[in-house]
Amino acid sequence: MNLPPIPEIIVALLLLCSGIVVLIAALGLWRLPDFFSRMHAPALASTLAAWLVTFGSILHFSTRGAGLALHVWLIIIVLSITAPVTTIVLARAALFRRRRAGDDLPPPLSTTAEPPAR
Amino acid sequence: MSPLLSWAVTATLLLYVLSMGIGLLRMLRGPSAQDRVLALDFLYVVGMLIMLVLAIRYDSAMYFEGALLMVLFGFVGSVALAKFLLRGEVIE
Repeated sequence: MNLPPIPEIIVALLLLCSGIVVLIAALGLWRLPDFFSRMHAPALASTLAAWLVTFGSILHFSTRGAGLALHVWLIIIVLSITAPVTTIVLARAALFRRRRAGDDLPPPLSTTAEPPAR
Repeated sequence: MSPLLSWAVTATLLLYVLSMGIGLLRMLRGPSAQDRVLALDFLYVVGMLIMLVLAIRYDSAMYFEGALLMVLFGFVGSVALAKFLLRGEVIE
C-alpha cells in the first residue's frame, strides 16, 4: 500500500473542512430564527471556508507548478474588502425597512444621542 | 491526481451543492426581501468556492479568473440590491 504524498493529504483535508464549514453556514442560514441572527451565518462561508480553499489551492499549485502560486491570495484580499461592505449595507437596509414597517427596534443613534457636554 | 484527492474534491463539491440547495430554499422562501438578498450573496460565495475547487480538480489556473469575476460581480450585485432596498433607487 502506497500513501499519496503529504501535500495532497493536506489539500484534501483543507477541502473537506471547507465543505463542512460551508454546510454549517447554510444550515445556519436555514435554521436561525431572525434576519439579524441569520446575517451571521454566511460570514462563515466568506471567511473561514474561503481561507481554507485558498490555502489548499496555493499548496496544490505550488507543489506541482513552478514556484509559489500566490495569485489565489487575490481572492482573499478582494473578498475581505467586499464582504463587510455588503454586510453593513444590507444590515442598514434591513434596519430601515423594519423601522418603516413599525417593528420594535432600537432607535437610530443620531436622534437619541445627547449633545456632547461642553 | 491521487485517488484520495479526487475523492476529496468530489465530496467537497457534493457538500457545496447541498449547501447551495439549502441557500436556494432560503432564497425562495425567505420571509422578507433582505433574506433573499442575503441568500443570493451566499450563493455567489459558494459558487466562487466551487470554481476554486474545480481549478484544483482540472489542474488549470483559468478557473481562478472566473472565481475573481464572481467575487466582484457578487459584490456589485448584492450592494446594488441592498441599495435598492434602502432607497428604492440604485443610482441617484
